[in-house]
Formats: sequence, C-alpha cells, structure tokens
Amino acid sequence: MTTLSVDIRGKTYPSRTPGANHTALRDISFTVPEGQFTCILGPSGSGKTTLLNIVSGLDRAMEGSVRLTDNGAQDPAALPIGYMFQTPRLFPWLSVLDNVRIVMDENGVAAGEAENLLKAMGLEDVLQAYPNRLSGGMQRRVALARAFAVKPKLLLMDEPFVSLEAPVADRLRQILIDTWNDRRTTVLFVTHDLSEALTLGDRVLFLSKSPGHIVLDLTVDIPRPRRPQDPEIERFQKQLLADYPQLLAGLLSVAREGA
Amino acid sequence: MPADGRPMRRALSLLNTASDLTLRLVSLGFFVLVWAIAAYFAHSSKLPGPWSVANSMVDHIAAGDLPYHIGITLARVAAAFVIAMTIGTAIGLAMGRSRSTDILFDGWLVLGLNVPALVVIVLCYIWFGLTDVAAIIAVALNKIPLVVVNVREGARTLDRDLQQVAEIYRFPWGKRFLKVTLPQLTPYIMAAARNGLAIIWKIVLVVELLGRSDGVGFQLSIYFQYFDISSILAYTLAFIAVVLFIELALLRPLEVRLTQWRL
Repeated sequence: MTTLSVDIRGKTYPSRTPGANHTALRDISFTVPEGQFTCILGPSGSGKTTLLNIVSGLDRAMEGSVRLTDNGAQDPAALPIGYMFQTPRLFPWLSVLDNVRIVMDENGVAAGEAENLLKAMGLEDVLQAYPNRLSGGMQRRVALARAFAVKPKLLLMDEPFVSLEAPVADRLRQILIDTWNDRRTTVLFVTHDLSEALTLGDRVLFLSKSPGHIVLDLTVDIPRPRRPQDPEIERFQKQLLADYPQLLAGLLSVAREGA
Repeated sequence: MPADGRPMRRALSLLNTASDLTLRLVSLGFFVLVWAIAAYFAHSSKLPGPWSVANSMVDHIAAGDLPYHIGITLARVAAAFVIAMTIGTAIGLAMGRSRSTDILFDGWLVLGLNVPALVVIVLCYIWFGLTDVAAIIAVALNKIPLVVVNVREGARTLDRDLQQVAEIYRFPWGKRFLKVTLPQLTPYIMAAARNGLAIIWKIVLVVELLGRSDGVGFQLSIYFQYFDISSILAYTLAFIAVVLFIELALLRPLEVRLTQWRL
C-alpha cells in the first residue's frame, strides 16, 4: 500500500524587497490513500502548481513534509512518480516511441511496454514521428503515455488538458480514466474546472486564494463510469454551488471566509 | 499533408542545389581564368599559372611527400580539434549554467580570446619543448576560448522545463547529459566545430612552421626558402581541398542528421 501524506506548514517565495515575501501556501495537510483520484481545485494564483512541485520533489524549499510511504520494503525516495505538466514537455529530438522509452528501464523497453501504452492511446501510427509534427492533443497523449510508462506509484497532473478543444479534452479524460482503472494509480490532479474535477475525481480539495489552504475536502460519491454531461454531475455541481456560492473564488461562506 | 509536400520540396531543393552548383562552378572557373591570364602576362616564376601548379601537385602526390605531410598535419588538426571541443564544451557548459562560475572565469576568457595565437605558440614551445605535445596544446589553447563562447551561449538557453522532466523521471547523470543537455547544445557545438576546423588548420600550419620538422607548415617553409611558388600553391590547394571535403562530407551531413527533428 502506498500512501501520500502531505503536511505543508508554509511555502514562501523570497522577494527582492525584504519583508515583502510572498506566501504561496499555508497549512495544507491531507492524506491520499492508494488508488484514489484526488482533484485539487482553486482560483488562479492559489498555489496549485506550487503544491504539485512540492509533492513531486522538484521544489524542496518549504516548511513541512511530504511523504510517500510504501508498506513494502522499497525505499520511498525511489518510488516512481509520473508528472504531466501543463504543456507536454516532450523531448523534440526524440521520436514519439523514444520519448516514452527514455523513462523506462531496459526490461520494460524489451517487453514492448512503450508500444503497448502508445497503442492504447491510439498513437500506433506515429511511433516514429517527431513530437512537433503532432497536434496538441496527440502530444498530450504521448505525455500521458510517458507518465504511465514508469508504472508510477503517484501520478501528478497539472491542468494537463487545458487549452484543448472540448472533444479532444473529453477523449483524453476518457483515456486517462481507462488507464487509471487498469492500474489504480494514486492520482493528484490539479484543475480550475469544477465539472472536470467532478467528472474525474473520487475527492476534490478546494483551495483558497493566495496563500492557498484547503477550504473544503469533498468526497465525490457519484458512481462511475461518469460522463461530463451526466445529469447527476450537473445536479451535484448545482447543489454544491448553491451551498457554497463563492467556492470557486476560494471562499466557503459568502460573508467572510470561514475555514 | 507532409507526405505529399515532401517529395515536391525535395525535388525543388535538388533543383536549387543544382543551379547553385552551376553558379559556384562558373565562379570557380572565372577565378582560374583570371589567374591563368595574370600568370601569362606576368610571365614569372613568382606567379605560376594553374597548369604548372597542377603539375606540381601531381608530382608531389606521385612522390608521396604531399599525402605524407598532409596526413601528419591532419592528425595534429584532429587531435587539437578533439581536445579543444571537449574542454571548451565542458567549460562553456559550466559557465553557461552557473552564474558564479561565469563571473569567475569571464576575465580569463577575455584574456584567452585576445592573446595572439603566436604568443601562445611561442610560449608553449618554450615551456614544453619543440614537441608534438606542445604543438597540439598550443593549437587547442588558441581554439578553446572560441568554443567556450559558443557553448556558453547555448548553455544559457537550456530549457529548464525539460531538466525538470529529467529530474522527475530520475535520469542518471549520463543520460541527462546525453539525451537532454547535449541535443540542446548541438547547434552551438556544430557552429563551434565548423568555424573551429577553419581556424585550427591555419594555426596548425603556423605551429609547424615554427617548431616541427614535418607537416604542411614545415613543407611550406622549405619551399618558401627555395622560392618554389608552384609547390607552395600546390600544397595549399591540396590542403584546402581536404579540409573542404571534411566539411562537406562529414560535418554538414552530421549536422543535418543531428538536427533533422527541427524540420
């Protein structure tokens, strides 16, 4: 069992003017059990990307702790992580296939796992193409395949489907959910789109405006499989916004923020 | 569709290179013609015509001295080239990546760029003796600062986003360098390699003239003492031909291959 425990007391960015340091995150604490799909939703500037960078280990300059614990004997620091950034971040000098193979070990490469993943993403015809010849949607699929190729214990996703046309984004969400269903990876998915969060997540953490902290920890008990236009999701969303009209602005109550 | 456009474009570019080639040949022919006319009117051993230079070249090739000395010079060029590119790339990368390293060595770099090649050569011969090692060190020292400048420029533009990808997927050091850093530096390294070859072979000739007893530079100094202008020009043209061949047959295709992903 792999469990992610995040306990961030504070994350500040130093400023050039002394004393004017910008606090990005404050008192964020949550635990994600294995296999859970957790969405993180917040207004822009609430520190969502900062939070993912801290969890991924890219950013270690903070007060607090992030722990990925595994019941097995494996060293937690060596547990594989997948990270899908806002842009695909593929290596333009490597073919589609090599972009996926480069993160895998020799056994995986030899077993043809890269080909299988790319095939599952519908990319079997462009294995030898260079990424910049592909459409934006196809590039994201390659990035998604790469993220799964390391058999991650934790998959981090930072608004990976933003700036795509709606049908393309829907198709990618479907691929993501299918792959997640197969592998039951623990996912931390950042978005600012409530209906996306409700379609994908088992649970949604709502962040406040800067400095970001969790204002609401919501369990999404809508049965799967879900579709973005499902009436149940729309009903859920309406009810939520009726209860907390200012939730998307990062506030729990109308008058003054309560949490 | 790129599949339809590509053969068309390839045909067009072939046509282009064909007409380019014609122009180049016409230009070259004109040069030889002017040379021949000038030599005819000068009627002097100080300006031999193309024909006598060609004859001299054939003689030197047949006698074996020209291939031998060009081979020796090429070996020195290759050694100095490899050393200068390796060390220059390493220093340039370090300076481009770290601001403090950059500031620390920037003064040295300016110094290195401005020391006359001749001074470096003379000092190397004095300090290390009249040996091949001294000769190659002298040439490499002259070239390293130029490589550093090029690679530093490239290292400053390294994509941080891709470095983060390498970090997330825990690429070991070697993989990170070969698959992430080096491809981004390739255009800068190739630029350094191409102008490096041109500079290095010229400096190698000076080094040979000053302190070696073989190589093209040494031969030129001998023919200079005999006022054998035909041999001097024959050696020069033969060596230029070899260097151009290396440039066209090795460096250009290598560059095309390494940067084909940009197309």
